[in-house]
Amino acid sequence: MTTTYLFLMIAGLGLFAFFLSFQRTAQYNGPKRLQSLPHHYASLTAVWTAFPAVLLMLVWAVIEPGYLQQQIITNLPAEIAGQSSDVIGLYLNKVHLSIENKMVDSDPVIQSLVVAYEKAALNSRYLNTAMVLVLCLGGIVAGLSRILFKVHARVGIEQLLKAFLMLCSGVAIVTTIGIVLSVMFEAIRFFNAVSVFDFIFGTAWSPQTSIRIDQVGSSGSFGAVPLFLGTMLISLIAMFIAVPVGLMTAIYLSEYATPKFRLMAKPALEVLAGIPTVVYGFFAALTVAPFIRDVGESIGLSVASESALAAGIVMGVMIIPFVSSLSDDVIKAVPQSMRDGSLALGATQSETIKKVIIPAALPGIVGSVLLAASRAIGETMIVVMAAGLAANLTINPLEAVTTVTVQIVTLLTGDQEFDSPKTLAAFALGLMLFVTTLLLNVIALHVVRRYREQYE
Amino acid sequence: MQQRINKTASPSLSLGDFESTIGENLLDNSKISTRDVNVSYGDKQAIYDASLDIGHNQVIALIGPSGCGKSTFLRCLNRMNDTIAICKVSGKLMLDGEDIYDKKMDPVLLRARVGMVFQKPNPFPKSIYDNVAYGPRIHGLARSNAEVDEIVITSLEKAGLFEEVKDRLNAPGTSLSGGQQQRLCIARTIAVSPEIILMDEPASALDPIATAIIEELIDELRQNYTIVIVTHSMQQAARVSQRTAYFHMGRIVEVGDTSRIFTNPRHEMTENYITGKFG
Amino acid sequence: MNNTETVKAGLRKRYSREKRFQFYGKAAVMSGFIFLIFLLFDITSKAIPAFNITEILLDIPMDRVSLNLSNNKSLSIDDAALASIDYGGLVKRALRTQFPEVTSRKQKKLLYKLISSGAKFELRQQLSDNPELIGGEPLSIWFKADDDIDTFYKFERITSRVNPEQIAFIETLKTQSRIRTALNFDFFTNSDSREPEQAGIKGALLGSFWTLLVTLLVSLPVGIAAAIYLEEFAPQNRLTDFIEININNLAAVPSIVFGLLGLAVFINFFGMPRSAPLVGGLVLSLMTLPTIIISSRAAIKSVPPSLKEAALGLGASHMQTVFHHVLPQAMPGVLTGAIIGMAQALGETAPLLMIGMVAFIVDVPGGVMDSATVLPVQIFLWADSPESAFTALTAATILVLLVFLTVMNALAIMLRNYFERQR
Repeated sequence: MTTTYLFLMIAGLGLFAFFLSFQRTAQYNGPKRLQSLPHHYASLTAVWTAFPAVLLMLVWAVIEPGYLQQQIITNLPAEIAGQSSDVIGLYLNKVHLSIENKMVDSDPVIQSLVVAYEKAALNSRYLNTAMVLVLCLGGIVAGLSRILFKVHARVGIEQLLKAFLMLCSGVAIVTTIGIVLSVMFEAIRFFNAVSVFDFIFGTAWSPQTSIRIDQVGSSGSFGAVPLFLGTMLISLIAMFIAVPVGLMTAIYLSEYATPKFRLMAKPALEVLAGIPTVVYGFFAALTVAPFIRDVGESIGLSVASESALAAGIVMGVMIIPFVSSLSDDVIKAVPQSMRDGSLALGATQSETIKKVIIPAALPGIVGSVLLAASRAIGETMIVVMAAGLAANLTINPLEAVTTVTVQIVTLLTGDQEFDSPKTLAAFALGLMLFVTTLLLNVIALHVVRRYREQYE
Repeated sequence: MQQRINKTASPSLSLGDFESTIGENLLDNSKISTRDVNVSYGDKQAIYDASLDIGHNQVIALIGPSGCGKSTFLRCLNRMNDTIAICKVSGKLMLDGEDIYDKKMDPVLLRARVGMVFQKPNPFPKSIYDNVAYGPRIHGLARSNAEVDEIVITSLEKAGLFEEVKDRLNAPGTSLSGGQQQRLCIARTIAVSPEIILMDEPASALDPIATAIIEELIDELRQNYTIVIVTHSMQQAARVSQRTAYFHMGRIVEVGDTSRIFTNPRHEMTENYITGKFG
Repeated sequence: MNNTETVKAGLRKRYSREKRFQFYGKAAVMSGFIFLIFLLFDITSKAIPAFNITEILLDIPMDRVSLNLSNNKSLSIDDAALASIDYGGLVKRALRTQFPEVTSRKQKKLLYKLISSGAKFELRQQLSDNPELIGGEPLSIWFKADDDIDTFYKFERITSRVNPEQIAFIETLKTQSRIRTALNFDFFTNSDSREPEQAGIKGALLGSFWTLLVTLLVSLPVGIAAAIYLEEFAPQNRLTDFIEININNLAAVPSIVFGLLGLAVFINFFGMPRSAPLVGGLVLSLMTLPTIIISSRAAIKSVPPSLKEAALGLGASHMQTVFHHVLPQAMPGVLTGAIIGMAQALGETAPLLMIGMVAFIVDVPGGVMDSATVLPVQIFLWADSPESAFTALTAATILVLLVFLTVMNALAIMLRNYFERQR
């Protein structure tokens, strides 16, 4: 039976066990009083039936391919078995191809290997099915027997449920570990080919790789400084727009605006925040960038068609709602007594805001700025669509620069095989990105938390 | 006043047939004069027909049970109620003959003349120096750093805090003890040279020693400022004030010299409050 | 006191500073408004051309001789017969019939280029749907014009891609009332194509559907389960703190890093098919999980403790209390968070690019394992195209995406308001 059918069978047996057990427990007329409801017993039986079998399937899935591979290798004729691993790999591939495409290979050695493989696979299938059946039936029997009545089924099921809930919350940890490991793993492979020093401090970025296997080394350079600089340039332009506008927006809405005005402004900000970044990218590439180029050229400046300014401005607007809502929380956290104290001394509202509230809220605002910076650095679509692809070491916002995220996308969406240093470079960049944003976030959250504790 | 306190019967809190304020609530030569002031928050009225005069260079205490409008009345005097959107004030309030709520009266200017100290000390998260210098700086009262220094030192001295902080003027204001913070707030208020200082239960958050220091300070300040103090503690009112006004459910029930109010109150409710029948 | 005069003197300057400050604040808020309106206006105006398509009316003869079919009327028209018809030739002939004065090869080429290259497929579809038309009157069909002609006709902008001879042809067609613009429903029913006039978003719509389905089915149960555990069962220890820190961090990780994770783990390690909604959905659910966990936790926290105490007091176990009482009460908040999370996932592009959804996919995905693309990726791919007609398509797709997002967010808000009123 194929895997799908086996799973279906397990599910079916599980359901069968559930109903059987439910019937049995519901009709129980015996002397002892049951501690749990029928559906608890039924669920427990079903779990006992299905769960071991599913575990077995998982184990099988992990072990079987390796076992079958081994079968082929042991069946290799002596003269081939002694050769290099590349040649053996070739034979393995041919066997697999022959089986997948259902075509008979011309080489008799391959044919005999295929036969051996398929025989082993069949045997494995039979064994697997048999063991699954045994486990399932065993579970059913155990569930239906008197033993079950001695078990507090509800507690048992609830403990299983709690374990499941805990596992689900562990997904967050698993994901983080997954990100760290997967990115680091590939990044390390990259750093085997390109030194860390060259990567972090090199100023030439042109990722080419050897075309033929026997070319010595790669002719490309992987100095990421232009990328870092480009990222910082565009992010700085974005922050330059987002922080003042976002902060003033938050100040006006929380200190000056009438409730009616706030009712209209808040949804508008939420809409701005909800627009997908690809839409911003489209707008940046097709409207803002040409506009800036035209304006620039009409006053005599030479502006690239993919200027950092265009991407930075649109990115800044995208971040405004983010800065505004974070600052709003921070400003509201300043106690009213501080405002009262300043107003009672005869300060105007703007003086109170500028000289008392903002300085008091400063750590929180700094935290918001850091979080916004982290957002800007990690932003992808706007820069992919509106910023350049060529690495350019400059701080002139009118030129085209490229960023870390753009390069990650370009390196991985070309027709590369997975292992070339070119694609691995993307992971190294991803590692830098992850570490940087993580640091910024951790510092920001720490700063904001300490700030809030001050006022609690 | 040594009457047996009747614990069994809960006293009626109604004012009965109260018509108007009893006692000497109006003066000939007043610093602040209020007539028929009504204050409401939305549709809840907090003050009814309050008429009270406040004399020069004296301390008047506003006493009464919680929620009877004392703080609300106080906040009318420097228009701090403006910051509360649903608060409506009507009636005549005059400072030196000028209408406080007139459209031409600038609240900023008013608050430079009428300072306020709050119940819970609220120093700014700045240095002690900058806390005191804040007022003079924004009003432009000093023309050089030296003048600012002078104002700061003088104010701290008048608040009785200078000796304790003179070595650490750059320390944050929040690093002081509760009593010191409150004196810092008083120094901050004095630095603007107001004519009147409003105090809203200034010592209620402080320990007895700090309270005693504040009360001594109030007595000294009386020579140069007019002080209106809201207090929960009758003993404090008796200690620091020359006149006392008793508030009850939003109305000024009785006003008079402190000594007379506490020994010979004329209205029944005043007497009940003073003898502790309710609080 | 003399201080009053000093203060009065400084007041005017201070108040002008106050006015300026308020102005800056208002300007900041208004600038957000203005940008938003400008953005929407720009995209809408760019999108309008995509909803109309230029069509040209041609008469296709239906007699058996012209179709090159045997004249034997008793022979039925089967698939083989249909396949043997030279549809392209028929279209070309119809054009020549319309413009008998065209003789040179060069002119003929220009003439043929008036009609979209997909016309022959349209004709074929018509005949296979209605084979009884064969042998009857000539069929008049409005065929789609080529996208260069379409652009010219809609905007009356003369570009290098339109030959003056073709302009003359179009003028003739105009006088014959054989050219018009009509609503482009194919935008919604066609999948991607190299030719802008034939391209549609059906593939992307279905791709988004399958992907979001996977995202919802994975992230919602896991997210709710995690929220329940963290709010109700987790002990106050380091492990729980660590889990919470992780969730907060994940919420702030750039989306492209999730794409790298998907590429390295799902595609390379587990060998899942590239560009499949299954993989895309799994990656997006990892991204949406923090959002759902955080909002579900807030919803669960807001359930009044009195409800829990009532249930426990009746003898329900903690687990039963949670599932029978707390969770149903918290459901509105949970669903609101889920809808908002799905709306965010709908607009995500970068991680899906990483797992391979950049290919040109013509077939419509029938399930979670077929290669697919999603709406935002379709936008990205079309935005890159040099042909100006694709710009309009891109903008139109953006409008479709924005409509979906607006509906979802409005639904979430309505849900929240409805249940808040219920309390």
